[in-house]
Amino acid sequence: MPRITINNITREVPEGITVFEAARETGIRVPSLCRMESFQPTGACRVCVVEVEGAKNLVASCTTPVSEGMVIKTNTKRVRDARRLAVELILSEHNGNCQTCDRNNTCELQSLAFELGIDNIGFTGEPACSRTDMSTEALIRDNAKCIKCRRCVVACNEIQTVGALFPQYRGFNTLIGPAFNYNLADVTCVQCGQCAAVCPVGAIIEVSHIERVWSALDDPSKVVVVQTAPAVRASLGECFDYPPGTLVTGKMTAALRRMGFHHVFDTNFTADLTIIEEGMELLTRIKKAFVEKQKVALPQFTSCSPGWINFMEAFYPEFLPNLSTCKSPQQMFGAVAKTYLSKKYGCRPEDMYVVSVMPCTAKKYEAARPEMNSSGVRDVDAVLTTRELGKMIKQAGIDFPLLPDEEMDKPLGVSSGAADIFANTGGVMEAALRTAFEVITGKKLPFNQMHVEAISGLEGIKETELTITGTKEEWSFLEGVTLKLVVAHGLGNARKVVDAVKSGEKEYHFVEIMTCPGGCIGGGGQPRPTTDEVRKKRIEAIYREDEGKALRQSHDNPKIKQLYGDFLGFPLGELAHKLLHTHYTEKERI
Amino acid sequence: MIDEDLKAADCSCKTDSIIDEMAAIFNENTITEGSLIPILQKAQTRLGYLPVQALRYIAARLNKSLSEVAGVVGFYSFFSTVPRGKYVIRVCLGTACYVRGGKEVLSALEKHLGITVGQTTDDRVFSLEVGRCFGACGLAPVIMINEEVYQRVKPVKVGEILAPYKMREAEMEAVK
Repeated sequence: MPRITINNITREVPEGITVFEAARETGIRVPSLCRMESFQPTGACRVCVVEVEGAKNLVASCTTPVSEGMVIKTNTKRVRDARRLAVELILSEHNGNCQTCDRNNTCELQSLAFELGIDNIGFTGEPACSRTDMSTEALIRDNAKCIKCRRCVVACNEIQTVGALFPQYRGFNTLIGPAFNYNLADVTCVQCGQCAAVCPVGAIIEVSHIERVWSALDDPSKVVVVQTAPAVRASLGECFDYPPGTLVTGKMTAALRRMGFHHVFDTNFTADLTIIEEGMELLTRIKKAFVEKQKVALPQFTSCSPGWINFMEAFYPEFLPNLSTCKSPQQMFGAVAKTYLSKKYGCRPEDMYVVSVMPCTAKKYEAARPEMNSSGVRDVDAVLTTRELGKMIKQAGIDFPLLPDEEMDKPLGVSSGAADIFANTGGVMEAALRTAFEVITGKKLPFNQMHVEAISGLEGIKETELTITGTKEEWSFLEGVTLKLVVAHGLGNARKVVDAVKSGEKEYHFVEIMTCPGGCIGGGGQPRPTTDEVRKKRIEAIYREDEGKALRQSHDNPKIKQLYGDFLGFPLGELAHKLLHTHYTEKERI
Repeated sequence: MIDEDLKAADCSCKTDSIIDEMAAIFNENTITEGSLIPILQKAQTRLGYLPVQALRYIAARLNKSLSEVAGVVGFYSFFSTVPRGKYVIRVCLGTACYVRGGKEVLSALEKHLGITVGQTTDDRVFSLEVGRCFGACGLAPVIMINEEVYQRVKPVKVGEILAPYKMREAEMEAVK
């Protein structure tokens, strides 16, 4: 362990860490606009410079490893001046318009400029030319605000292996974006929004649905219904300075009512419904394969995550039959609301306005898919990210911390704990197993709290096996069968899993994929920043929510039973098929 | 900097022949992890430039995104996405050439040819580009015309340097 001195504190630090990390371990914060946790540093922004004794120039602390006897100073005039200079140079070509920027008050560049005490920009740079790319349903890019830190390039290429964004051209002319400065819609982009999640400034943001939601709420002819995804309750608090991992389900419900939504419901409800449909689909496929010896598409891949769907349509069209035909819970909700509920309320589907609050940007794209109109009209009218809901609550003048805890409305606000865990990696698989295991054996999933330890946590790819014993009569063909299961999150990891299946190296029965690292709790629409530390806290909160519920299994949800009894018929039945299932289309990969 | 030119240049296309040429390159070469730049060089040698169809083909074959391939092409001044002239004139603006008048040489060439950097003359005979050091600093300022190096170039002499090329072209025109 090398011994270093940093701002007169001498201590031992782990071998191989960088000066940046050593400073942080010592309780010294070094600013950075480009660093991304657990990725190879790029050294692009130059604001993390420090003084190292014996080095002629200041060094970028993020790219400099510690060495024995190193003497580091992070707070000298020379360092402060250099950081200020770097930020002033960035600002001189940054076409920011802070007051009207989406990131006003949450911008890393803005707060760093304040922190460094920049009161004057000493350079008149040529401001980057503004070209706003609004070609996609989910994301807006503005090159004029881009500071070329390349975090989005890491997110798009290394985490997601999609490759829509890459540095184009060179030097001052560098643009971060698609090939030849095309629009995002002209290349393969899955609209996951991980780029927007890591952007330090307002160069990549979500397409705002705030105004259309306010308009709907102001329209007396509309019945406005809202659904909130499970991941939102574990992160919305961060918009109001609560620490990550604070559950705000009750306050969120109260806020939505005060904003004027007529019915406050839960995407959890249709997560439970997804488990019934997707679980039955899986068991049907397995039965066909085992009993009827038919050729069926196995493994079955989950289909809740719209970025993953976009990814498969472009990169692995040959595996589209393996995707569960189940719509995502968001779209199931829209279809059920505009048929079952609208009938109940005596309004026409076109008079109902369905808003969803999602941790996700790709959900905006999903809601706009032309096939998502099972009710005859668009099933989900507007999709707000967690961040957008936070803004709307502020715009409404609601003092969030003072709100009471309220319960969601019946029937579509009733859900099990199995639905909550849809929010994190491993959760959909666990929820499915809780139900499937009981269906097959009549017994509860035999784990502590029904948690499948092997597939929880932030490991990128998690495999497990489950041997089925004690089956009920009609499932006896599964007696002694070992189900092979795998869970992956982040599309780079998903790619590895699909490649392994493709090459025949691995065989699975059921595969859960979530587009974003950590699952939906780490989605592209979540409050910034999302680090592994934050992901863990949000996941803990979700498990608390799950464990705190009396209902822990999707099939125990009484309102789900009622929905089938009163309306849908039976799982995978004709109406269920029409409203709850979909199909996929191969897309050109560019 | 939207490359409308590029899109326009590619519309006139002979896509099939481009794809054939690219397929040939992939057949003739062993493809490894680091194949992108060598493949791009070969493609440019064959086609004279790198049309977007060629880049899309290369991206698909190498399992890379078009954005990444275009990013590499855009980074190196050697690569061109627009058709170039028969003779590519590269003016060195590396430090030594710059201080010894490279910029004036460039201006003279621009004036003489009636084009600016990155452009090609209407008759597709000359293209004008800028380079960053050809490794001949002792001979500064330097220009290259295709593989030919011209040293200690004076702005007033650019016409003289280009004359033989123009003459050759005129003769070939006459033969036709």
